[in-house]
Amino acid sequence: MNFPADLKYSKSHEWIKMLDDTTALVGITDFAQSELGDLVFINLPQVGDAVTKEEAFCDVESVKAVSDVMSPVTGEVAEVNEELLDAPQLLNESPYEAWIAKITGITEFEELLDAAGYQALTEQQ
Amino acid sequence: MQLIFEKGAPGRHLSLLPPCDVPEVAPQRPRTEPLELPELSENELTRHYSALCKRVHGVNDGFYPLGSCTMKYNPKINEELAALPGFTQVHPLQPEETVQGCLEVYAQTEALLNEITGMDAMTFQPAAGAHGEFTGLLLIKAYHRHRGDTERTKIIVPDSAHGTNPASAVMAGFTVVNVPSGPDGCVDVEALAAAVGPDTAGLMLTNPNTVGIFDKNILEITRIIHEAGGLCYYDGANLNAVMGLVRPGDMGFDVIHLNLHKTFSTPHGGGGPGSGAVGCKAFLAPYLPGPVVRREGGGFRFAAPEHSIGRVKDFYGNFTVVVKALVYLLTLGKEGIPEAAENAVLNANYMMARLREKYAMAYDQLCMHEFVMSLENLKEETGVSAMDIAKGLLDNGIHPPTMYFPLIVHEALMVEPTETESKETLDEACEVFLRLWEQAHTDPQALHDAPVTTPVRRLDEVEAARHPVLRYAGA
Repeated sequence: MNFPADLKYSKSHEWIKMLDDTTALVGITDFAQSELGDLVFINLPQVGDAVTKEEAFCDVESVKAVSDVMSPVTGEVAEVNEELLDAPQLLNESPYEAWIAKITGITEFEELLDAAGYQALTEQQ
Repeated sequence: MQLIFEKGAPGRHLSLLPPCDVPEVAPQRPRTEPLELPELSENELTRHYSALCKRVHGVNDGFYPLGSCTMKYNPKINEELAALPGFTQVHPLQPEETVQGCLEVYAQTEALLNEITGMDAMTFQPAAGAHGEFTGLLLIKAYHRHRGDTERTKIIVPDSAHGTNPASAVMAGFTVVNVPSGPDGCVDVEALAAAVGPDTAGLMLTNPNTVGIFDKNILEITRIIHEAGGLCYYDGANLNAVMGLVRPGDMGFDVIHLNLHKTFSTPHGGGGPGSGAVGCKAFLAPYLPGPVVRREGGGFRFAAPEHSIGRVKDFYGNFTVVVKALVYLLTLGKEGIPEAAENAVLNANYMMARLREKYAMAYDQLCMHEFVMSLENLKEETGVSAMDIAKGLLDNGIHPPTMYFPLIVHEALMVEPTETESKETLDEACEVFLRLWEQAHTDPQALHDAPVTTPVRRLDEVEAARHPVLRYAGA
């Protein structure tokens, strides 16, 4: 299981990569994709959507279930990774490259974990 | 296997269809090309459908313990009575006085189901469970709006709920608030109390819940919602465990849906059609979809409830499904209905007790009509997953239980044997489960390779979901 040190993590298994103080990329973690199994569909948010920390902003579907993806921050969707629409398997193959959305104008963060803290969380589960 | 369209030859026909006895008319816009219909001999036709039957597994083929679905046996007498000409040779636009018997079926079924559920009024319009949920939520919405309270926008749904619950709430225009379950699988009452407020429109709950446990705090749960000004919605998916024994109305629920196709033995799956009857307490009856059947004088008539939310389906719902449910109710009677529930609970506990020897139970206590096993440890030890065991069951003539549900249990298999299975069938199924457990340890590869006896081997579900082929290439 991979936990890149330059990322921050949410307890609901999203990663966040800060591009500057108020802009970030968000995706799902290696642990999340491994728990979900093969992903077959993603319902992306729309550019311009307002997102709120700890609330769902996207959903993904695996052969097992449909799951919400929660936003670790409050802000606005500036860009979505449309490549995932045709290739949701990228979320399985390279979860930390397969970003879901770029969020700008971030005003609030949920309590995020560093790589070691997140790894410890996944080991409890 | 060939499609029926690929069989036969032009001009071939059979004697099953009666001669046309209505006059031919010249259509205003006639087709320019003839319809491409199959042309087969009777022999080809019967062989085609027999071949299809051999490729599926149905309730008539073997054990079918699909948890949370109540795939119970559908007594043949239901079909026989629903096929009576008085029920089939009628038209929904006929005058009321010519279909009094059909109206009486609705009135009688409503009275019996109200008694079983503790409700006061019922509609049979919704065509299935989720449709019933949607209708019930619209009743809650209409009730708040009629009182002039427009601030109640949230529906509380526990995390063990059926996926349709939050979906129906969103469809009905509500925002969903999730509340967690405690370690015992029941609603976390403290979390619930913290979640309610002046924006609470209502709660949706299944009891027994999705892990097969009767929530012992149910009276407190419904009290918390009522004190916050919300209403309580009962998802009838699991009523089979308690029908005739405990009434949702007495638990504090205001509105419920029943799946006649689960609990009351009308066909389920394969297109049903279903019936998601919605019952409510008297104060919600004015909002029910219209028309409803009212008794008047010596007969029956259709009436529109005073503040009706309007129709949710054409005409009066799936009528002959209601006939089948009524036949079931009358066949079992006041003693038989609770006995069926008791046997459903007994059968589930019997299987759970036998399987506990090897399989880890997600909630190791007495269950209701179904129980959930977690194969997480088995997977860690042997690499054999819930999916592999399910496929192994197929090779043994058993339809797999519900898999990977509820989501709060990892590697879940959810078993609901239902009341109509004999002890012999249950024993046989338990032995298969236990044998597969042994096999997982001795020959895990065989289970990764299963099934080997079915018409198709292991399906590539990922490929099927990512690149579905939805069009017949030959068309």
